[in-house]
Amino acid sequence: MGYDKRVDGRRPDETRPIVAKAGIIKRADGSAMFRIGDTVAYAAVYGPRDLFPKFLQDPQRGILRCRYNMMPFSGAGDRVKPGGSRRSKEISMVTETALLPILNLEDFPNAVVDVFVELPQTDAGTRCAGICAAAIALADAGLSMKDLVAAVSVGKVDKMVVVDLNYAEESYENGDVADVPVAFIPRTGQLSLLQMDGLIDKESLKKALELGRQACSRIYDVQKAALKERFASAALVNGNNGAHGPVNGKGDSE
Amino acid sequence: MLVADKSIVVPGEEVAVGMDFLPTEGVYRDGEKLVASRLGLLSVDGRLVKLIPLAGKYLPKRGDVIVGKVVDVLISGWRIDINSAYTAMLSMKDATSEFIARGADLTRYFTFGDYIVTNIVNVTSQNLVDLTMKGPGLRKLSEGRVITVAPNKVPRIIGKQGSMVGMVKDATGCRITVGQNGIVWLQGEPSQEALAVAAIRKVESESHISGLTERIKAFLDDETKKLQAALNV
Repeated sequence: MGYDKRVDGRRPDETRPIVAKAGIIKRADGSAMFRIGDTVAYAAVYGPRDLFPKFLQDPQRGILRCRYNMMPFSGAGDRVKPGGSRRSKEISMVTETALLPILNLEDFPNAVVDVFVELPQTDAGTRCAGICAAAIALADAGLSMKDLVAAVSVGKVDKMVVVDLNYAEESYENGDVADVPVAFIPRTGQLSLLQMDGLIDKESLKKALELGRQACSRIYDVQKAALKERFASAALVNGNNGAHGPVNGKGDSE
Repeated sequence: MLVADKSIVVPGEEVAVGMDFLPTEGVYRDGEKLVASRLGLLSVDGRLVKLIPLAGKYLPKRGDVIVGKVVDVLISGWRIDINSAYTAMLSMKDATSEFIARGADLTRYFTFGDYIVTNIVNVTSQNLVDLTMKGPGLRKLSEGRVITVAPNKVPRIIGKQGSMVGMVKDATGCRITVGQNGIVWLQGEPSQEALAVAAIRKVESESHISGLTERIKAFLDDETKKLQAALNV
């Protein structure tokens, strides 16, 4: 008896239910919430802004700084110790490299864009949820970017190739488990994140990546919808006040 | 065109195909396709395709009149916070026509926390911003209050030929200066100041709904009547 039916009854290529929302943190320049099943990620973007200490500045392009953090009460088991760990540092780094290819940071030399990803509730797939949230937040901040990024974890539980593993599947004990987080740049189909944990054969990996690509394009649609919904009211354009026309007044002084 | 004019597009969305269209602000070309590079409203003008940003920080532009805050006093000038990704530089020679002796105390002219109305003279490729105080209406601000609005709403707040801000000024009797960077300075009777702030906030949040001018006019009339009634009781 192997793993032939998923614990929560999903199809192998089905993700958990996704909810995304843009612009939820008032003081941030851009923000987003991304929820996939029981994993919830919040992302806040600050900047571009001046970077100090000065030796960190790059005169050719802006810098991206990401911070990934699981809240102490977020997991199902033990309290997650607050503060950085080896794991969070690694994930912060891969989040950064997953997002960098889409950002046009050349427009902001010597500046920094800070991305904070916080997870109040986790059930596997956190780095992917974090990347999805961060991509929405960056667009919400009005930054110039080539595309969004969508991420999902794929893998193999025992003999079954699946998409979006939850914690029960990730910790399946009666067989091999492979967990492969991937991030796609949807328009070009390029990969910007590929990691692997566990054992998987070549054919299954290929199949898993293809499923991941399809899942990411569905996630991309959710991300787009979240951004459009935030500004939906702005589309009700009117002729009055020369709405969205050229700038009329030049700094009005008395 | 793949997307209708005046619709919201997100980064990475393909907006048009073919060499007949030319990408401008906020749009880039990838082979045959034109792709949006930021969140905004699509605007098509003949062959030109551009995006009107819906979010984002103020980008300094030459010639903009802005309101800034003095954050540092340097050897020969001041560093000004202009509500953008970068701070700006106001040099001594652009600050005043007075003679300033070598080693003079620059805080006599502008000191920490002062707000000034100033003009951008130059923006370099590295986004170094130079300011000047020479020009009509450029001055140090004293008294009044300062509020910050979204920089992309500034044209709505000013209105055509300053009609919107002019209306608020007339109704409240406040002096108002709207900087292109989204910093607004107002000064008047405290109750009128509060009314002017409320009106500006209303413009900011309802700028996309049609009939804005009439609504703001009605709002100002109503509130003014209420204030008067409160005074008469």
